[in-house]
Amino acid sequence: MSKIANSIFTPETATRFDHLVTLYPVKRSALVPMLLYAQDEVGYVSDAVVTEIAQRLDLLELDVRNVLSYYSMLRTKPAGKYNVQVCTNISCMLRGGYEILDHCKHKLGIGHKEVTADKLFSLEEVECIGACCWAPVMQVNYDFHDNLTPAKVDDILETYRAGKGKDVK
Amino acid sequence: MPTLVSHPDEVKVISRRFGQGAADIDKYLELDGYKAIQKAIAEGPDWVINTMKASGLRGRGGAGFPTGMKWSFVPKQSEKPKYVLVNGDESEPGTCKDHVIFLHDPHAVIEGTMIAGLAIGAKMGFIYLRGEYRYLLKIVEKAVADAYSRGFLGKNIFGSGVDFDIVTQSGAGAYEVGEESALMESLEGKRGVPRIKPPFPAVVGLYGGPTVINNAETIASAPHILLMGGEAYAKIGSERNGGTRLFGISGHVERPGVYELPMGYNLKKAIYDVAGGVKDGKKLKAVVPGGSSCPVLLPEEIDVGLDFDQMGKAGTMLGSGGIVVLDETVSIVEFALRTIAFYQHESCGWCIPCREGTDWIKKTLTRVYNGGGSKKDVANVQYLAENMMGRTFCPLGDAAAMPTLGFVKKFRKEFEDYIEGHKAGTPIITVEQLVGAH
Repeated sequence: MSKIANSIFTPETATRFDHLVTLYPVKRSALVPMLLYAQDEVGYVSDAVVTEIAQRLDLLELDVRNVLSYYSMLRTKPAGKYNVQVCTNISCMLRGGYEILDHCKHKLGIGHKEVTADKLFSLEEVECIGACCWAPVMQVNYDFHDNLTPAKVDDILETYRAGKGKDVK
Repeated sequence: MPTLVSHPDEVKVISRRFGQGAADIDKYLELDGYKAIQKAIAEGPDWVINTMKASGLRGRGGAGFPTGMKWSFVPKQSEKPKYVLVNGDESEPGTCKDHVIFLHDPHAVIEGTMIAGLAIGAKMGFIYLRGEYRYLLKIVEKAVADAYSRGFLGKNIFGSGVDFDIVTQSGAGAYEVGEESALMESLEGKRGVPRIKPPFPAVVGLYGGPTVINNAETIASAPHILLMGGEAYAKIGSERNGGTRLFGISGHVERPGVYELPMGYNLKKAIYDVAGGVKDGKKLKAVVPGGSSCPVLLPEEIDVGLDFDQMGKAGTMLGSGGIVVLDETVSIVEFALRTIAFYQHESCGWCIPCREGTDWIKKTLTRVYNGGGSKKDVANVQYLAENMMGRTFCPLGDAAAMPTLGFVKKFRKEFEDYIEGHKAGTPIITVEQLVGAH
């Protein structure tokens, strides 16, 4: 059972968070992963997420917001169900990362950090995601797709649209 | 899923178990897994540190500091608990070697962490993976859980009377956190900005306790070194650069991938023989030899050994081992702009030279790229980069300045030609795209 009476998280996540704080010498250490896992469940770091996490870690909401604003993977606005992140950093750029990004923009009809009208997809241009030798690369909700071509991107997006994509969380 | 590559010139030490399903604990045990930690327990901490010193292993994160020496700096007596922190926040563009280790041999990282812990007398280790590596974090988390279930981690490991715990930790997207003191801040739940040094982490680190921080590849090398012996490992590499290392060769090559080569292996051979040469038979234009922060090399400069000392003599760095190959079609103006755009985005903003410098260089190069530059801009960019060098708390300022200086010095004519000829030119990519990342 969660120590917080009115948790906004599912019982599984609440239990996980209860466990997480016990792992470290200092409770606050759980902050960064907690924000990330909360975002995975809620879709973004909402005000309610900030409030509850601050409570769980005995921090000021300001402390939480200070950390929240630092990390690029944390967002304060909802993304699509499937967040498509295309890398355009040097190795990907050399092998067509920008073409892949343009193709995604065209295919999804949205730009950087935008969400499709059906809220199924969002798109982000991101800095290096550490898969340089298999460039160009994109991630859909933490699932890597490498050696991309526009045709391959079409297939991948279609798989997710059909609800058959691997949703790594 | 990353594809594994191989080449006859490879010397497989750390990649020995790749592709054999060693993420499974039974398979790992079958392939000599957890033998090194048992040997370490039997022989004791001094033996471990001496073996590491004899191996000549130098930190694989980029700085190249001798690992055995680093471990020996931790005070034997300490009132506060000691810690081991594994840096798996691999974010240097061009580098993807730790990705492969976590994927194929997560137990080697765990065993290495235990060995480091034993060597310094720590009872707790943290393995910090960048947030983007979620699928890899799951693999490492499962490996840790499996190690606990076998009694390898926790109380009284291998009947030694020693307790050791490992906690896996996730980042949330910040290149700066790859710097060791920023990594500690992030692990303590704060913004990942660097700390002032001294005190060094070996004395005052995580939660104020003495801490050893090693790159994931460094840590994963430890079990192999203990099993094969320090001298045998040292013999594989070149002088003062023991062993092998994982090199990620990316960009315009026929067979990009992560290859394990002996230290001191010739860079030209790595590109032409190992990675199959420049893609589609094009001409080589430049090589960024060790991740995006390393100064660029011209084709006539690549006949050099891949180790910390030889690369230093060649005016560049071995860095994190990410070799990026550029063919003749690449515009250095565009490439330099994309590189500095990354550092500008990732600067934590704490020190002024880095915060302002990266921003001004990016703005200037953006103007040049869009056709509005003047010849003075090249000198300005050089001036800005020179004034960032050595003036920041952490190496990010240098990491941004060094490649920039390399580009403007070695390709000055290309910048000037671009400025002269491209006043009304159409950019290949738009500035909105470049500045839009994140």
